[in-house]
Amino acid sequence: MPEPKKMHIEIDKKSCKRCGICQGLCPQQVYTLAKDGSPEVTNPERCTNCHLCDLRCPDFAITLEVLA
Amino acid sequence: MALSYKDYLEPSQLPHMWCPGCGDGIILRAYTEALAELELAPKDVVTVTGIGCWGKADDYVSTQAFHGTHGRALAFATGIKTANPDLTVVTLMGDGDAVTIGGNHFIHAARRNINLTAIVTNNYNYGMTGGQYSATTPLKSKTTTSPNGVAEPGFDVCFLAEAAGANFVARTTVYHAVALKNLIKEAILHPGFSLVEVISPCPTYFGRFNVHPSPVNMMNWLKDKAVPVQKYREMSAEEQYEHFAVGKIVVKERPDFYTTYQRINGGQVAAEEGDGNGR
Amino acid sequence: MNRPVGVQFMQGNEACVYAALDAGAKFYGGYPITPSSEIAELSAKFLPQVDGVYLQMEDEIGSIAAIIGASAAGKKAYTATSGPGFSLMQENLGMAVYAEVPVVLINVMRNGPSTGLATRPAQGDVMQARWGTHGDHPIIALSPASVQECYDLTLRAFNLSEKYRIPVILLSDEVIGHMRESLTIPERDQLEIVNRKLPDVPVAGYKPYQTGEDDIPAIPPYGTEYIVHVSSSCHDESGYSHSAPQTADKLVSRLHRKIEKNKQDIVQVEWFGPEQADLTLIAYGAVSRVAKQAVVNAQAQGLSVNLLRLITIWPFADDEVQAALAKAKAVLVPELNLGQVVREVERLNTFGTPIHALSRIDGEILLPAQIMEKIKEVLK
Ligand code: SF4
Ligand code: SF4
Ligand code: SF4
Repeated sequence: MPEPKKMHIEIDKKSCKRCGICQGLCPQQVYTLAKDGSPEVTNPERCTNCHLCDLRCPDFAITLEVLA
Repeated sequence: MALSYKDYLEPSQLPHMWCPGCGDGIILRAYTEALAELELAPKDVVTVTGIGCWGKADDYVSTQAFHGTHGRALAFATGIKTANPDLTVVTLMGDGDAVTIGGNHFIHAARRNINLTAIVTNNYNYGMTGGQYSATTPLKSKTTTSPNGVAEPGFDVCFLAEAAGANFVARTTVYHAVALKNLIKEAILHPGFSLVEVISPCPTYFGRFNVHPSPVNMMNWLKDKAVPVQKYREMSAEEQYEHFAVGKIVVKERPDFYTTYQRINGGQVAAEEGDGNGR
Repeated sequence: MNRPVGVQFMQGNEACVYAALDAGAKFYGGYPITPSSEIAELSAKFLPQVDGVYLQMEDEIGSIAAIIGASAAGKKAYTATSGPGFSLMQENLGMAVYAEVPVVLINVMRNGPSTGLATRPAQGDVMQARWGTHGDHPIIALSPASVQECYDLTLRAFNLSEKYRIPVILLSDEVIGHMRESLTIPERDQLEIVNRKLPDVPVAGYKPYQTGEDDIPAIPPYGTEYIVHVSSSCHDESGYSHSAPQTADKLVSRLHRKIEKNKQDIVQVEWFGPEQADLTLIAYGAVSRVAKQAVVNAQAQGLSVNLLRLITIWPFADDEVQAALAKAKAVLVPELNLGQVVREVERLNTFGTPIHALSRIDGEILLPAQIMEKIKEVLK
């Protein structure tokens, strides 16, 4: 299993079209969806920096940053 | 300074016009990521597009760009690349552009082995005009012009390119986003005609009529349909009908058109070299 | 290759190729079609010798697309075709007008419609050259009447195309294309060669379709420091798509303006015969040669006839034709179609001058005697 990393995950709310792909397909359940369908970063400590969310975000809305 | 995919996007043109969950954005990300990792300067890359939802992609890039007429991207690109072989030329076409209205240019660009890359987004229908069927729509699928199911079988884009003589042929999906980026890089580096077919969701039309309107469900549907090419070749016809092959389907080193043209017209080509296809 | 110089004897189609090479053309994309194929064959032979490329495309749609692409990448590019192929080129001809990509199309006209009589002359594509592609657009078309003019006007077609960034059509025909006669090819240093202008503004903030007073954009080929965005969709000065109504209006208006205001430079005609005559013939291409003979014959019989020969077909020689309509008692327009240029003449007739048409559509050239017969009928 890939090790979790200390990450900062940023979602650009202006670009996000609330497709749900990041939340639906993150292998580590880092995201949850708010009532309006917007993704929220609720478990950043579980992120393994696998890049499956930012590369799959159709709207370039996710930025991953490794903190440590 | 390391380049980022953002260096290949034109911020003034974003956000893009594509629907929520449309695969086009994922492919554009992979394309620009690939350019960044290859460290190609935007001025040395010409992005050539056709018409359709994916045909809008040129408007979002900061590279040199040519947005042509429907189906003709490869013919324009053939002129561009042949006139200036130093340019990196990448055509972005949908299934309509590449193998329906533009099918003739597609097979001939592959046959000629023009040294360029074709990224074909296959979402099994015409999204831009409202979800009509194309030449890749699978038999019996419902579209706005086949309300009871389409009566024609669809092309297999990769096998078509292989039969026509393409040097590099690969297929993947937007679900496999990392593989997608890497295949695009490999295709750009590979001399001769290289194709990356990307199976991509159009949740708004094809998805809604045939699979599911949810982008997440469409992504999982792609995962379930995709099988590695080796495994695909061992499948029965019925199983094959339910799946498509992903991975590298053709990798060969046939000399590209311009190289051959220069050598033949310089009188240097040896008769025994053949055409690289064993002929 | 050995460049022919001085007095030569050759075919019209051949002369087109020598002129293209002299103009600096380095790319041919085409699909062979009668009666233009000699242009493809000679181009295939000579282009590799001048570091150029001959590309035989899969069809005429691909042919014009390839030359547009090659031109955008910096090579002067041309194609040759005839009616059926010219029809297939129409969509992308409009693209070249709209995106302002210089290219030269040589259309050696043959009898139609459809496959028609492939080896027989006609002048049936005059209106297709003008209006064949959809939407409002300007166009330049030139009509050679001799082998000399096949050379001169092909060279001029490249020059006008480069200068105004517009596709230029050489409307040749089967007679002129296949006719052999002598011509004079100038020394290379006697040639006037025009190359498209390049930007002299900073790279940062460069907008390819921003123009000055001349309304002509300065666009470099792909591969320089400038980023060039070429689009078949409605675009603003940046070249990126822009669909606001005022953007569409501004672009198409400018495309027209850059040609309209330069008509003096573009339009060429030739007057033949007496300055003042009772009857003026208006003709072009192969038929204008016959018309010249008819003028000579008519004069010998004491009839007062002259000829206005249109060298530039589009934009139309409005002023010159109006001058003819104002001076003559009658005008006769002989052409190898059912009346295409004659309609333009009628459009300009604010003088009430009687206008007559003489048509031939059987794949044969009009003869001097036929024109003579019509002259007599009109002047009776
Ligand atoms: S990189 Fe994205 S998809 Fe991967 S674990 Fe982290 S949040 Fe989830
Ligand atoms: S994948 Fe991107 S667009 Fe879709 S919900 Fe997540 S952040 Fe928003
Ligand atoms: S219609 Fe389909 S292909 Fe077009 S943007 Fe929407 S989802 Fe994408």
